[in-house]
Amino acid sequence: MTLQDTNTAAARAPHIGQAHRRQTARRHLAGRGRFVSDIVLPRMLHAAFVRSPMARGRIVEIDTRDAEQSPGVVRVFTARDLNPSCKPWTGTLDHFASMVSAPQNILAEEEVLWAGHPVAMVLARTRAEAEDACELVMLDIEEGEACVDGHAALSGDAPRAAPGLDSNLCFQTVLETMAVDAAFAGAAHVVEGDFTFGRHTAVTLEPRSVVADFDAASEQLTVHHGTQTPYQFQDIYARHFGLSESRVRVIAPDVGGSFGMKLHLYNEEMAAVAASLKLGRPVKFVADRLESFVSDIHARDHKVSARMALDAEGTILAMEVDDMTQIGAFSTYPRTSVAEGNQVVRLMGAPYRMPDYRGRLSVVFQNKVQTSQYRAVGHPIACAVTEALVDKAAARLGVDPFEIRARNVVPDDAYPFVSATGYSFEKLSHEACLAKLRDLMDYDALRAEQAALRERGIYRGIGIAPFVEITNPGAAFYGVGGARISAQDGAVVRLTPSGEVQCAISVTEQGQGTETIISQIVADQLGVAPEQVKVTTGDTDTTPSGGATWACRGAGIGGETALRAGRKLQGQILALAGQILQSDPADLALADGHVVDAQSGTRRMPLAEIGRIATYRPDTLPEAADNSLTAAEHFAPSGYPFDFTNGIQASLVEVDVETGIVRLLKHWVVEDCGRIINPLLVDEQIRGGVVQGLGPALFEECLYDETGQMTNASLADYLVPMACEMPDIVIGHVETPTNDTILGAKGVGEAGTAAAGVAALNAVNDALSPFKAEIRQTPMTPLRILAALGHV
Amino acid sequence: MKSPAFDYIRARSVAHALETYRSLDGEGVYLAGGHSVVPSLTLRLQAPAALIDLSGIDALTGISLDDGWLRIGAMTRHAEVAADPMIRDHAHLFHLAAPHVAHPAIRNRGTIGGSLSLADPASEFPAVALALRAEMEVAGHDGVRRVKADDFFLDIYETAMDPGEILQAILVPPVRAGDVAVFDELARRRGDYAMVGAAVQAMVDAGRVADISIAFFSVGNKPTRAGAAESALRGARLDDATIAAAQSALDADLDPSDEPQMPASVRRHLARVLLGRLLGHLGTTA
Amino acid sequence: MTMDIELTVNGEHVRESVEPRMSLADFLRERLQLTGTHLGCEMGACGACLVLLGGKPVHACLVLAVQAAGETVETIEGLSESGAIADLQAAFHDRNALQCGFCTTGMMVNAHALLGDNPAPERAEIRDALSGNYCRCTGYEAIVDAIDATARKRASDVEAPA
Repeated sequence: MTLQDTNTAAARAPHIGQAHRRQTARRHLAGRGRFVSDIVLPRMLHAAFVRSPMARGRIVEIDTRDAEQSPGVVRVFTARDLNPSCKPWTGTLDHFASMVSAPQNILAEEEVLWAGHPVAMVLARTRAEAEDACELVMLDIEEGEACVDGHAALSGDAPRAAPGLDSNLCFQTVLETMAVDAAFAGAAHVVEGDFTFGRHTAVTLEPRSVVADFDAASEQLTVHHGTQTPYQFQDIYARHFGLSESRVRVIAPDVGGSFGMKLHLYNEEMAAVAASLKLGRPVKFVADRLESFVSDIHARDHKVSARMALDAEGTILAMEVDDMTQIGAFSTYPRTSVAEGNQVVRLMGAPYRMPDYRGRLSVVFQNKVQTSQYRAVGHPIACAVTEALVDKAAARLGVDPFEIRARNVVPDDAYPFVSATGYSFEKLSHEACLAKLRDLMDYDALRAEQAALRERGIYRGIGIAPFVEITNPGAAFYGVGGARISAQDGAVVRLTPSGEVQCAISVTEQGQGTETIISQIVADQLGVAPEQVKVTTGDTDTTPSGGATWACRGAGIGGETALRAGRKLQGQILALAGQILQSDPADLALADGHVVDAQSGTRRMPLAEIGRIATYRPDTLPEAADNSLTAAEHFAPSGYPFDFTNGIQASLVEVDVETGIVRLLKHWVVEDCGRIINPLLVDEQIRGGVVQGLGPALFEECLYDETGQMTNASLADYLVPMACEMPDIVIGHVETPTNDTILGAKGVGEAGTAAAGVAALNAVNDALSPFKAEIRQTPMTPLRILAALGHV
Repeated sequence: MKSPAFDYIRARSVAHALETYRSLDGEGVYLAGGHSVVPSLTLRLQAPAALIDLSGIDALTGISLDDGWLRIGAMTRHAEVAADPMIRDHAHLFHLAAPHVAHPAIRNRGTIGGSLSLADPASEFPAVALALRAEMEVAGHDGVRRVKADDFFLDIYETAMDPGEILQAILVPPVRAGDVAVFDELARRRGDYAMVGAAVQAMVDAGRVADISIAFFSVGNKPTRAGAAESALRGARLDDATIAAAQSALDADLDPSDEPQMPASVRRHLARVLLGRLLGHLGTTA
Repeated sequence: MTMDIELTVNGEHVRESVEPRMSLADFLRERLQLTGTHLGCEMGACGACLVLLGGKPVHACLVLAVQAAGETVETIEGLSESGAIADLQAAFHDRNALQCGFCTTGMMVNAHALLGDNPAPERAEIRDALSGNYCRCTGYEAIVDAIDATARKRASDVEAPA
C-alpha cells in the first residue's frame, strides 16, 4: 500500500488541500434548498403546544374540550394520551459518577418545571388553527416556588427543581494534582477573579423542525428531522417507542443551522412521533421563534471563581478553579448537561506548562430551559478564565501579553505532553502560532497606534488568547458512559457502471461543506475530479451507520473513513483492471478517470470501461473476479482519545468610555487544524465560529426575572450578532497533521468560538486599563462596562 | 406565531375608513404599513374583528408645501422620508432620523403616520415631531382637527387621538433662517431600539442659541421635550459651560423607568452624554 | 372569511382565495410552493423572508397576502430563473458566502436591491444594508465580500464591455 500511495492519482492530482467550491451551495442560491420546514405530506397535521406559563407549578386541571371543538382541530393530546407510549428518558451517563437527573417524558404530567414546559399538544389542519385551539385549552396550574439562581438552589432549604431529587446538585467532581496548595503557598504572585458567563442559545435561523410519518400498513416510521445526528435519533425513536430499528428511518435533509443544538432530544419531536404513531398520519412541528427560545437548549450559564499562581518570573505554577454551572430542571438526553462543565474544568490552562491544578465542578438544577452542548462545548469558559487571569498576571508583572504567553506555552518541541488536567497532547504548535499572529496583526504598530489615540481620548484595546480545542473524539466522550452514540463512522464508495463515483457516508452536512471535502478525499483515492463523486448523507436508510457531525469530527473521522473506503475501492478497481489488462495491479494506478501505468502515467483504460465490463459483461471476467466495485469502511479513532488542535486569536476594540459601547474593529486568528482539506471551507468555519464567540461576548444573553420567566424571548429582544457590528477577520494557519490517521486532519468547527470571546474581553479590559476598570462578565453590555467604569 | 382570524377591509376614503371603524364597534384596527400591527397579531397580543387597510386612500399620501408648512401624508413610507428632497429641505430632522428607523426593508413598508399613531416611546419619529413642533392633522367624524405634537403624545402607545380617529398628515412649520437640526441615538446594534436618542432643532444666530427644541426618546413612557435643558440654552452662547448646564438640567426633564437591564441612572447618564455630543455637533454645524 | 386575491408572482398571474390572516410568506410557501422564501422569526427581525414587493425588498412575514393583492411580487425563485442575480449567485458560490443556506435567499434579495440603488457601495454601506439580515453561519464577512465583488465586477463590465 505504501509504495502505491506515492503513485496514485492522489499524489499526482491532489484535490485535498484545494479550495473547491461547494456544489450543493448552488441549490440554496437558487432558493431550491429542501428543509424539513418545507416538507408537506398528504394528510399531514400541524402541531402546536400549550406550554406552562410559569417556571414551577402543579397541574390542577387541563380542560381541552373547547379546543377540541375549535375549527380544523383533529386531536388534542395531554400527557395521559401520549406519555404511556414512550419509555421515559433520563439524561445520565455512567462515566459521570453519581450524577442524577429525573426521568422525562413527552408532556408534563403532574408538575411543570420551566416556563415553556409543554403541557398539551394540539393537532390541526393548519398551524394557525392549532394555535387558535391552544388559546382555548384551559390550564389550571398552582404556582410553586421556582429555583432560579444556582447558588440559592444549593442551599439546604431550597425547593427542588424537579420531583424526586434529594438536592439540586446534579453532579460534582474535583480534579487535582498533588501539589496545588504548595504551589499557591510558594507563589510570588497570585491573581484571581470571579467570572460570570451568561446563558445564551443557538438561534439557528431555521428553527427545530420535524415531520413524523408513521405508515401503519407497512409499520414504517419515517422521521424527517432537522438534525446533525440521524442515527442517534433512529436509535432513540426505536428504543423509546418499542419499534424495530429497521422500521425507523430518519432523514435529515437540508438543515438550517444546528451547532450542537439540534442533536439533543426534545419533548416536541417525541410528541410528533408519538402523535403520528397514534394517528397513522404525518405530523409536522416547526418551532416558532418564541417557542425556540423557551425550548431549544441554552448554553453556558457558568459562575467561576478562579485564581492562578505564578513565580517571580511570571511562570504559571498552578490554577485553582471552582465552576458552578446551572442546567435547568433536567440533564439533557442522551448526552447529558454535564459534559460542558466537565470540559470546562479539564481545559483550564490547556496551552500552558502549568504543573499543578485543582478544578471543582458543580452542576446545579434550576427551573429554566435545559442547557447543554452547543458549539465549542466548555471551551469559551475555560479559555476566558485562563486567559483573563494570564492578562491580569501580565499586568501585575508589567510584562507584555505576548511575552507572558511565550514564557508559559508548552514549547513546540516538548510533545507529546500531558496537561495538569490529564489531557494528552500529541503535537501542538503554540510557539509557531504566537509568532505568526504577532506578524499577522502587526502587533507593535497597533500598540503604537493605541498609545497615540489614547492621547486624544480614544480608548482602544488589544486582546490575545491562545486556545486548545478538542476534536475527533473517540468513544471516551459518550460511548464509555453507556450512551448509544457512535464513535465510529461508515462510508460506502462505489464505482457506477458509467465510471462515476458515489459515496454514502454517515457524517452529515449542515452547510460546513462535509459533502465537498468527502468528495475531494474520495476523488484523490480514485483518480477522479471531486465533481464526479456524488456524496449522499443524512438518511439512515441509504447511508452506513455512524456518529455523524458533532465535536469537530466530520473531517477528521468522516474524512478518514472516506479515505479508507476510497483506498479499498481503489484496490478493487486495480485488481479488476489487472485481470482485464493482464497486468500486475501493483504496476497500475488511477488518474484522470483512467487506469494508468503507475510509472509512466500512460492511460490504459477509462474507469467507465471498468464499470461497463463489471456491470454488463461480467461473463468476460475470470472466474471469482470481484466485480462488486463497492467498498465499505468503518473507522473509529484509536491512539489518542482526542485529536487536540490549537491556535491563537486577537481582537482589536474601541470602547466608548462614556457610553460603554464597544466597537469590534478587527479580529485575527492563527489556527492549526492539522491537514487542511479545503482552505476556503476551513477559513469560513473559523469566521463563523469567531462570530458565534463574539455574539455572547457582547450581545447574546437569555435574561430571566426572579420568577424564572425569560424576559427577552424573541428575536427583537435577544440580540444576535449582525453584520454592522461584526469585524472583518484575518486568518493564518500552521499545519501540524495528526499521525493517528492517514489523512492527518483534525477538526476546526469550534476553534473560532473557543477563544473569540475572551480575545474581545481581554481587549476591552486593555482599553479600560487607564481607568483601573475591569469587566469579568459576559456579555459585556454597555451597562456592565459603565458599571466597571464607575458611572453607575 | 400565526395571527388569529380577522376580516380585512380596504378603505376607499377616510370617510369610508371612519365609517367602517364605527361599524365594527371598537373591534377594528387600522392598518397602515402593518409593521407594528402585524407582529402584534402574530404574537396574539390583540385579536381584532377586522383590519381596516388605509393604504389605498389617496388623501393620506403625498408631500407638499403649503404657505411654508410642509405637509407629509401619513402613508409616506420611512424610505420616502429618508429620500424625499422636500423633507430633506423642509423637515431636515425627519431626513436625519429616518435611516435610524429599523432596517432597510422595514423602511420600505413602515409609514410615518403609523409610527406617530403608535406612539412607541422608543421610536424616533415621535421625538422628531416634538422637536420640530409639528402638528398632527387628525380626521374624525366631527371633521379634521390639528393637534400640536406637544399635546399629541400622552403615554406609552397613547395619543390624543380618540378611538377611530385617523392621522391624515404631519404638518411641519416653515423653516427659519439659521435653523439647524441634529439627531443621534445610542443603540447597541444598528437599527435596534435606542438605549437613548434625541432630536434637536435649533436656531443659532451669531453663535447664540436663539431658539431650541430638544426631544428625547427611549427615556420614559413617551417622547419627551427637555424643557429645562432648552431654557438653559436659549439665548446662551454654545460653549462648554452652557452645554454642561443643559446636561445638568436634564435631570429635571427626564424621568426614565428603572429596569434591570437599564437602570434609570444609566439612562440619565447616557442622555447627558448624548446631549453633550449633539450640542457639540450643533456648535460645529451652525 | 376568505378573500379572492389576484397578483403577479414572478411574472405569473396568480388568483387564490385566502384567509386575511395569511401572511404573504405563508401564501408564497404554502399556496405557491415557493419555499425559497424562509421564515426565521415571523416578526421582521431576521430578514429570511425578504421578497420584492413592487420592486422593493419587504418582509413577507409582515405583509398580509391580501395586502399584496394587485401588486407584483418577485421571490428568489423568480430572480434566479430570470437570470437577474446570476452574477450575485456566482459570487456567493465562489466566495462560499453561505453555509446552511437558510438566510441566503433573503440575503440575495436584499443584495440585489442594494446594488440596484447603490451600484458601488462601500463595505460599511453593504454591512448597513444587511443590518436586518441575520446569518448564524458565516460571520458575514464572506457575504460582504461577495456583494462587494459583484459590484466591482459590474462596474468593470460597464467600463470594458466584452
